[in-house]
Amino acid sequence: MSAEATSAPAAAARARSRLALSTTAPLVMLALFALLPLLAIATGQTHWLSLINRIVILGIAALSLDLILGVGGLVSFGHAAFIGLGAYTAGVMVDAGRGDLLLVVPAALLVSAVFAALTGAVSLRTKGVAFIMITLAFGQMAFFFSQALYAYGGDDGLTLPERSTVAGFPILANKVTFFYVSLGFLVAAYLLVRAVAGSRFGRALQGARDNPVRVGSFGFDVFRIRLGAYVISGMLAGLSGVLLANQAEFVSPAYMAWQRSGELIFMIIIGGLGSLWGAVLGAAAFLLLEEALSGFSEHWKLGFGVLIVLFVLFTRGGLADLARRLTGGRA
Amino acid sequence: MSEPLIRIEGLRKSFGALVVTDDVSLDVAPGELHALIGPNGAGKTTLIHQIAGTLQPNAGRILIGGVDLSGASPAARARAGLARTFQITSIIPTLDVLGNVALAAQARSPRALRLFGRAATDEALNAQARAAIAAVGLSARAGAPAGMLSHGEKRVLEIAMALAMEPKAILLDEPMAGVGREESARIVELLLGLKGRYAMLLVEHDMEAVFSLADRISVLVYGSVIATGTPDAIRVDPAVRAAYLGDEAA
Repeated sequence: MSAEATSAPAAAARARSRLALSTTAPLVMLALFALLPLLAIATGQTHWLSLINRIVILGIAALSLDLILGVGGLVSFGHAAFIGLGAYTAGVMVDAGRGDLLLVVPAALLVSAVFAALTGAVSLRTKGVAFIMITLAFGQMAFFFSQALYAYGGDDGLTLPERSTVAGFPILANKVTFFYVSLGFLVAAYLLVRAVAGSRFGRALQGARDNPVRVGSFGFDVFRIRLGAYVISGMLAGLSGVLLANQAEFVSPAYMAWQRSGELIFMIIIGGLGSLWGAVLGAAAFLLLEEALSGFSEHWKLGFGVLIVLFVLFTRGGLADLARRLTGGRA
Repeated sequence: MSEPLIRIEGLRKSFGALVVTDDVSLDVAPGELHALIGPNGAGKTTLIHQIAGTLQPNAGRILIGGVDLSGASPAARARAGLARTFQITSIIPTLDVLGNVALAAQARSPRALRLFGRAATDEALNAQARAAIAAVGLSARAGAPAGMLSHGEKRVLEIAMALAMEPKAILLDEPMAGVGREESARIVELLLGLKGRYAMLLVEHDMEAVFSLADRISVLVYGSVIATGTPDAIRVDPAVRAAYLGDEAA
């Protein structure tokens, strides 16, 4: 009884401090993202704007992968396929003159959800290495399918005649507006994934990551839980594809090459698996490093590999965990 | 007479030429603690796997609460009211004790997979979980990550998870496996307290525990039940003594 009385406030305090960090860090990040474009404009470095925008867009994709890989423990190696599907949906619709964001986003979400449901229904029957290989295979199938879309440029890809409109207004043509719209989508995606991860569904998903047999023994259908998460995750990655196509005003099969799927995994490992906001941080770290190293040498990928190895070896919980330790929170 | 909550009829399982479950029939009445004993290799674990649904028998039926669940998945059996504990401790190490037990309770609740609303502060589930945690005497550790518990505490957590499922029947697969004398006594005490409230099928090596807990005991030897009866009847059963207990148990 007395032990309970003393441990309860301590536990509550711990929970509060954890909660404080888990809200402060994303807010700090959001403030930075919101201010950076203004800084870029003020200093005349507007080329930075497109890099920051890419970070925000791929941050959505990394975040979506973190839901199934970080929270759910499902190592999907074909996640770039969803980015590609979203991008091609946008590309094809803009090309056909039906490119309004209010049409493209629902269409891309639907296409991604269907692809996720079909491929997930097969791949989630397997586990471990088999799951990795099957998701990779489905990803490659999507890649080769897009290469065969000769009407849309085949291997060369498709240049968009213009960006998507929003309710008929061409507001996305402005780089700054486009950035803030992307940031809005990132915030919405983050809040959604965070709510899902902390929900009853998310707890069952996390439980199934650690001990699927036990979670099944409670009466949960583990397959259905994972399929649900896979579909949500695929849809969000599809959304990031819509933004990516509009930002680059170009789509090509390269968006869904398996290397892109690998990069997404890197991002969330760098950021800290399952930390959600860490996935966005990981996307930022990855793209900034890529930018810095590629300006340094054409063999930048070699240095990149070394950095990633060191990083994984020395920071177990990724950047999110590093931030937690630096701010004096519990590791 | 009331319908048994666990009923096994003519269960048979073989791996190749090796018959591991040979025409086993047994039942557990409401509130009864039925123990299953037998020497190593008698087929107790295989039998438990078939009842829980992780192994399919070659023949026979398994009924939980009067419903035929032969061939159903472990999850379907759980939903029908069968809870279990595992021989090798099976918990979710990254959730705290409360989270583990609340997740067990969640499976039985309406909208078990709701996508919104924080699960960790879900009072309906937490209240149910706290009651189960209190019932096994683990309240002081409710906030601890389950992975940090001692082995004995994890064994007790398993029982709390089973209770939170509000089951009709509980399979207890060696609940005292690997725990010391003192903790073993604590678990016996705990199971005594639960007796009469749930139908329980207990597999256990600790004979002292089995004889002090069981209402009935079934003895499994080479895959068949050679005797079923009260502890006193089993103690003096000549076939059991010959096959298993030996003279020192007399």
